[in-house]
Amino acid sequence: MLIEYVELPVDKWIEAAVNWLIANYRFVFQTIKVPIEITLNNIEAFLQWLPPFVVILVFAGLGFWAAGRRTGIFALLGLLAIGVMGVWEEAMITLSMVLSSVIFCTIVGIPVGIIGSQSDRFYTTIRPILDAMQSTPAFVYLVPVVMLFSIGTVAGVIATIVFSIPPVIRLTNLGIRQVHPELIEAGKAFGATRWQILRKIQIPNALTTIMAGLNQNIMLALAMVVIASLIGAGGLGLLVFEGVNSLKIGLAGVGGASIVLIAMVLDRVTQALGQIKKE
Amino acid sequence: MAEEEARLKVHNLYKIFGPEPERAFQYIEQGVRKDEIFEKTGLTIGVQNANFKVYPNEIFVVMGLSGSGKSTLVRMLNRLIEPTSGEVYVEDKDLCQMSYEDLVQLRRTKMSMVFQSFALMPHLTVEQNAAFGLEIAGHPEDKRLERAHKVLELVGLKANAKSYPQELSGGMQQRVGLARGLAGDPDIMLMDEAFSALDPLIRTEMQDELLKLQEEAPRTIVFISHDLDEAMRIGDRIAMMEGGRIVQIGTPEEILKYPADDYVAAFFRGVDPTHVFSAADIVRDNQITLVQHKGEGPRVALERLQSYDRDFAYVLDTKHRFQGVVSIESLRQIIEQNGDGPEALKQAFLPEVETVSMDTHLQEVLPVITKLGCPVPVVDEDGKYKGAISKNRFLKTLRRDESQSLEQKQQVEELENS
Repeated sequence: MLIEYVELPVDKWIEAAVNWLIANYRFVFQTIKVPIEITLNNIEAFLQWLPPFVVILVFAGLGFWAAGRRTGIFALLGLLAIGVMGVWEEAMITLSMVLSSVIFCTIVGIPVGIIGSQSDRFYTTIRPILDAMQSTPAFVYLVPVVMLFSIGTVAGVIATIVFSIPPVIRLTNLGIRQVHPELIEAGKAFGATRWQILRKIQIPNALTTIMAGLNQNIMLALAMVVIASLIGAGGLGLLVFEGVNSLKIGLAGVGGASIVLIAMVLDRVTQALGQIKKE
Repeated sequence: MAEEEARLKVHNLYKIFGPEPERAFQYIEQGVRKDEIFEKTGLTIGVQNANFKVYPNEIFVVMGLSGSGKSTLVRMLNRLIEPTSGEVYVEDKDLCQMSYEDLVQLRRTKMSMVFQSFALMPHLTVEQNAAFGLEIAGHPEDKRLERAHKVLELVGLKANAKSYPQELSGGMQQRVGLARGLAGDPDIMLMDEAFSALDPLIRTEMQDELLKLQEEAPRTIVFISHDLDEAMRIGDRIAMMEGGRIVQIGTPEEILKYPADDYVAAFFRGVDPTHVFSAADIVRDNQITLVQHKGEGPRVALERLQSYDRDFAYVLDTKHRFQGVVSIESLRQIIEQNGDGPEALKQAFLPEVETVSMDTHLQEVLPVITKLGCPVPVVDEDGKYKGAISKNRFLKTLRRDESQSLEQKQQVEELENS
């Protein structure tokens, strides 16, 4: 059989490639790390400095304002539960990881999505990359991330960004492409340039879809933040990880429940914010 | 009118869709027909050798059935569609040779457009929509809103300035579209089937509105339409299009009196319109319709008929499928028998009402009209009600005809006497 005689040492190639990258371009990756580290540290310091009840009230208020009483009360009780379970500090680490990842996904993802919507060639080029980013098992990210960015919470955020950015790009692209062609024709007929059509017609009409992308982004980020604890990221994920490792089911359960609560609160609040934009 | 007066001049304008469109020209020169050229080259001829002039302050209607190339033609006038060859002169400058910057400038200042689908921005209010062209052109906000209010007042929508387009009816939305078109005070306004999506009553109202605006502040308008009545009503001159060619240009009277060919003639006086036209061409959705539901009983129906002063109402189900026709008499009878509710409404249906489909030729509609006492309901292939053809409407179409067979003439006479 052919398979027995031919051997492709792909594992060695990958190793060589990553080693070569580290040897020659480590400074690039270290530079990428800097803004993420600064953002993460500041957000985390701020969230830890804020008294818990302020954070709870801000989320409850946002929920109340954007979606009404039920969401407001839900956010209040959900976050209160996290505090009462005694994992507030870890929850804030997780929240700051999610927020920093969302900030960078937005800064990078929305422009990339917009460019994708304007150029078919660009979008067909990045599509397989997006597919790979979304379908690669989450654990597989961790190896190259560790080698390029070493371990720790910042590396965890980077893995999270890579994993959770595709929906932002996809839905921004989709939202803009879905704008009715007659609106674009009307824009052209009144002398709009391509840039004006983008800014005054396409983006405003795509906002709801773009917000849906951000919502998905947050959900994926929360899922990844837990896995990132395997490479030394802190927060609720670490609690779950430790709990599972030492068979402390209670600890793992508290961590897991808190993640679900944060996810639900963030989901309801951001969805409601997206709806407001629509109206 | 002298040549130099023309505001818009179109010269040898062609649009051929498909790769390497030049291939079609040799066949066009040989006089090969459009569908044969498509078979040979795969190229579709959108517009073929269009030549016309539009004079200041006239309404120039381009009239033709769907697929005749009229929408393509109007989009070449502001280069939303790039012409394959030919010239479009606005103020002696050829649009087709213009740089992109000049073209954008021209669209902002000299030409505007009103669309069949309205194409209003859903994220902008009525006043912002009306001011859209001015915003694109870079006018400051207070100036453009001031101008927007002025044009909204002109079309009677000042009170709705802060609403969103979705909150308005179709007719009102198109008034916003019209206001947007007028706001930039363009020399030329292109209107692409602007009133075709509106229901008949509103359509007539908008046509009157346009004529009123023309009287107050005349403007050069190129108006695309597939509706003969509309073209006759608002057009100072009409260009008849068929298969991408303009077959005749003239005032409504000229075309009516001296049609250039059978196609044009069929529109106006017809070789025999009962062969050329089908029910879809003359159907009108202006009858009273009732939708069957729990609350709709014979009394409600009678009330509506009386308040609209009509004799018949067409009953549809909630999916808009035709169910039957009721008349004032049939409803009174049922009410006298103490009938109530939707079942009673069914009992009031006139017996033996036949429907015709959209593609039925008028020839076959004639016997049905003669037989029925009410306008003949027309349904599409799904049984959905599309409107009705009244005796009057039918006769009006036939009166344009002069070459009917003897048998048909007798039938028509019978119809007129009945």
